[in-house]
Amino acid sequence: MSEVPAAVLMKGITKRFAGVVANSAVDLEVKKGEIHALLGENGAGKTTLMNILYGIYRPDEGEIYINGEKAHIHSPKDAIKLGIGMVHQQFRLVQTHTVVENVILGTGNGVTFNEEEVRQKIVELAQRYSLAINPDARIWQLSAGEQQRVEILKALYRGAKILILDEPTSMLTPLEIKELLQTLRRMTEEGNTIIFITHKLDEVTAVSHRVTILRQGKVTAVLETAKTHKTELANLMVGREVLFRLEKQPLERGAAVLRVEGLEALNDKGLVAVQDVTFSVYRGEILGIAGVAGNGQRELLEVIAGLRPANKGKIFIQDREATYASIRERIGMGLSYVPGERMTALVPNMSIAENMILKSYRKSPICKGLFIDRQVMLDLAKRLIQEYEVVTPGPDKPVKLLSGGNIQRALMARELSQEVDVLVVAYPTSGLDVGAIETIWKILLSQRSLGKATLLVSDDLEEILTLSDRVAVMHNGEIMGIVEAKEENIEKIGLMMAGALKIDREQWV
Amino acid sequence: MSIRVRIERRLEVSPQTQILAILLSLFLSFVVIAVIFSFLGVEPLNAYRRIFLGGFGSIYGLSESITKAIPLLLAGAGLALSFKARVYNIGAEGQILMGAVVGGGIGLFLPNLPRSLLLPLMFLGGFLGGAVWGLIPAFLKTRFRVDEVLTSLMLVYIASDLVRYLVYGPWRGPEQRGFPYSSPFSLSAQLPHLGTTRIHYPTLILAILLAVTVYIMLFYTKFGYEIRVVGENPSAGRYAGMSVERVVLFVLVLSGGLAGLAGVGEVAGIHARLGPPEGISPGYGFTAIIVAWLARLNPLLTMISAFFMGGLLVGGDAIQTALNLPSATIFVFNGVILFFIIAAEYLTNYRIKVEAVR
Amino acid sequence: MIDFLVSVLTLTIPAGTALLLGTLGEVYAERSGVLNLGVEGMMIMGAVIGFAVTFATKNAILGIVAASLAGVLMALIHAYFSITLRVNQVVSGLALTMLGLGVSGLLGKQFIGMPLPVRLQPLNIPVLSNLPIIGEFFKYNALIYFSILLVPLLSFFLYKTNWGIVLRSVGENPAAADAMGVNVFLVRYLAVMFGGLMAGLGGAFLSVAYSPAWIEGMTAGAGWIVIALTIFSLYDPTRAMLGAYLFGGVRVLQFRLQPLGIPANLLNMLPFIMTILVLVLISEQAFRRRIGVPAALMQPYSREEK
Repeated sequence: MSEVPAAVLMKGITKRFAGVVANSAVDLEVKKGEIHALLGENGAGKTTLMNILYGIYRPDEGEIYINGEKAHIHSPKDAIKLGIGMVHQQFRLVQTHTVVENVILGTGNGVTFNEEEVRQKIVELAQRYSLAINPDARIWQLSAGEQQRVEILKALYRGAKILILDEPTSMLTPLEIKELLQTLRRMTEEGNTIIFITHKLDEVTAVSHRVTILRQGKVTAVLETAKTHKTELANLMVGREVLFRLEKQPLERGAAVLRVEGLEALNDKGLVAVQDVTFSVYRGEILGIAGVAGNGQRELLEVIAGLRPANKGKIFIQDREATYASIRERIGMGLSYVPGERMTALVPNMSIAENMILKSYRKSPICKGLFIDRQVMLDLAKRLIQEYEVVTPGPDKPVKLLSGGNIQRALMARELSQEVDVLVVAYPTSGLDVGAIETIWKILLSQRSLGKATLLVSDDLEEILTLSDRVAVMHNGEIMGIVEAKEENIEKIGLMMAGALKIDREQWV
Repeated sequence: MSIRVRIERRLEVSPQTQILAILLSLFLSFVVIAVIFSFLGVEPLNAYRRIFLGGFGSIYGLSESITKAIPLLLAGAGLALSFKARVYNIGAEGQILMGAVVGGGIGLFLPNLPRSLLLPLMFLGGFLGGAVWGLIPAFLKTRFRVDEVLTSLMLVYIASDLVRYLVYGPWRGPEQRGFPYSSPFSLSAQLPHLGTTRIHYPTLILAILLAVTVYIMLFYTKFGYEIRVVGENPSAGRYAGMSVERVVLFVLVLSGGLAGLAGVGEVAGIHARLGPPEGISPGYGFTAIIVAWLARLNPLLTMISAFFMGGLLVGGDAIQTALNLPSATIFVFNGVILFFIIAAEYLTNYRIKVEAVR
Repeated sequence: MIDFLVSVLTLTIPAGTALLLGTLGEVYAERSGVLNLGVEGMMIMGAVIGFAVTFATKNAILGIVAASLAGVLMALIHAYFSITLRVNQVVSGLALTMLGLGVSGLLGKQFIGMPLPVRLQPLNIPVLSNLPIIGEFFKYNALIYFSILLVPLLSFFLYKTNWGIVLRSVGENPAAADAMGVNVFLVRYLAVMFGGLMAGLGGAFLSVAYSPAWIEGMTAGAGWIVIALTIFSLYDPTRAMLGAYLFGGVRVLQFRLQPLGIPANLLNMLPFIMTILVLVLISEQAFRRRIGVPAALMQPYSREEK
């Protein structure tokens, strides 16, 4: 074994962004033919490290050896030449192009290409690694799982022997995950090497041979997967007890505050994205919506918030019909929406104070006649900054200077400071570190005990189960069923996410 | 060892850095224009001396600079507002002309009204003329999603042709012996001047008042807040229940109206009749774009930048006659200055770091 | 009647050629994700340089080559500002147009009213040009044939070649192209420079072939119509030709209608009103069908920031 040089050896890699150290003297060794997991929380520096290996970033310090030879990787082109392929978490595909066009992008030696030959080769590769795909389909017509196959095919087509996958399971259904892991095993059997970025402990133990753990840009351990267990991994990853036990008082079911009946809506492409969705959210409860991203969750929330028209169906807030109400009217009815893309609800170049009044600038005391009372605005901002522990140099500084966690705290602060009855929250903790996640969860639970009705969308099942009272599962724009948020329902939820189980409406809780 | 140049985003820019950047960009613009001039056989230092003396070197020059600053200020303050909302109204030139047509038309056809009634009526008409010319791209943008850059610009050409049609055709004064001019305005349709200068002070006062009003509106009122939010991030505006369409309509109508007032000022304060479009506005609407950008889209600061660009126009006229240069010369200044202002915006947002790497 | 139609049609193609050249270039630039509103400036620089060099060398070909180089140089300024410095592309393009109008005015002052000693001569295609009625279509100058030839060529390149895929990918999703080893900056620079080359050619066509003379501001908004035609074409070379000849036809009609007593100044508005109408038609349609606009148009690319 020892004569074979490591497929990848990264030594002393350091990378800084505008003063923030993303990687600090990181060493990584990946043996030929292994599946190597790169484990760490959001912001631990996993993706940065792999972007360096793939030539997207250049390290400030450190050296890279590929198959024992020193490599100078200045761009993805160099990496591709060295047999490295990367599947990014956000797919790098041209949506309007076909699979063939995406696969051959940048590979051509001549001016023209033989389309038949390319198609043949794609089909061949697809069969060998069971990555079924229609080579003439356009990317936007494909599901997330299929798009990922195209990404893998792109790498294989270029002759990649070392494949980097960044959080490959985040967009997949449980069944698709299983298929992916099989494909990966298959690939290593043929001598390929795989680096697998993840923050999910189950996947590490399920598939990897060895694991390197990153925390705050530094390596905390390198272990053989067979000789470790989840608790050890979790401790190494987070550096403290990982599962916060959050107290959730059981509450009596109150009145329905948000009611949705037979809702249908279209997505941006004009296709039906939400169909026949019916549910109620009661006072003092959190209704979680689980599902693989892209199954109509975003569209559903936008219809409720008034950003997207409903095709059919009705929406009631506090028993008043709001289906055709304007966004302003909905805000007035006590609806608050915290979108997953935080920056669509904030103005990054404007000050924190000016962002804090985005919902209340029309009303007294912020608005006096035609004018905005800047003193009242600043006082409000200072109070919210203190109350929600937003770390900032001051209320007059632009929002873009805040870190991700503080941006979310500021957003929550604004939304909860309104007179809110219904809180609609999407992906509240995506991209946040553990500390920030804990605060946001506590905030949401405290709103619950204040009697507010919360609709929570997340693709993190742990988050859904921790916070919700009931879980509705969305698949292909439909609600597959509503069950109680209990550990014993996890299997059912997984099946519904994959579209393999649909519960009769009479049996919904 | 090698040297590596890195570009990092600067997170905050102090006002001093911004002012310094504007001054530096102006200086560099003049260096580049000097190079262009010497290539074309114009001795740059001589040209600059004449420009400076022409625009700022005498009481007469200063008074002329202020005269030219009037339309630039009116149009520029409006454009600052429009650009702040990220609505690219580049058709102020056409809006000036339409203001001149409607305002001038009122002066032409109601010559016997008392001055105290006629002049306000002309300004009102001019405002409406420019506003309608701004409303068209606004309507097309909000209703059909047509880009306002192209439509507002096309309307410049249409307005020019309309003016030409009028002064060559139905509105040509019978006593003009075939020249493309209307009959002269009656005295009550003419604006008073400051002493012996050409400064038509009612328009100047109007311009300053409106620039201040636009500034206050933009930064201190709830509607100004909406304009800034929609300009910075329309999705956040929509999310908060603001009407992006209303903002687009408002800023195009208002900036068009302000440009229209400038048109009235020109015909009632300078020419006292309608003439060919080049005469009514030798590109004020385009120079106003530079005025707005030079002021960093701050309507208050357009008072300074309008005066500066007004001086440049006067100086430009001076070298045109002295050195026999074409009237397009001012566009060289406009283009180069605009390039350097946007480059300065980039450079103040980024920091260039040179470091040694092993 | 047929004679009238043919005579209108034979005039239409030359009248639309400058627009066609400019639009083909801008289609490529925008396909790479860069909007260049400086077409008017690049065109007029092409016109003045084309005229000046032809005037000085008495060689129209040299003049045309020099004009396209001038277009490339102008485009490089915009490329540097919008691709490297990543500034607002609308403002940068506007500045380029102003610069072109100004510099061409300075340069061209000495040529005003001068006759051009040589001009681009028509190529009489043997046999075909002797045919009755349609023979007129085979007596154009080389630049016109070249522009027509470019249409299928540029279509093929855009849709059927590796480089075409690269170009379109850069305009749709630069991060995807970058991840596949494509040099996004290089592709965008080249596309913008090609746009400049074509605009320069279009300008030279006006001053060396179509109406051989230098008149200050002689492009008279053609560069802006090119921008509109680019949108109208849905970024497709064949549709670009259609649009360009449509506007060429309008121009011919303009001269044909004049004797009927409609004032020339009103007829002059026709192309600009047409432009607005065309934009209204296409924008609504493009929006409803969600087609056309390259997804990354006007978005500067940078690796380390998203």
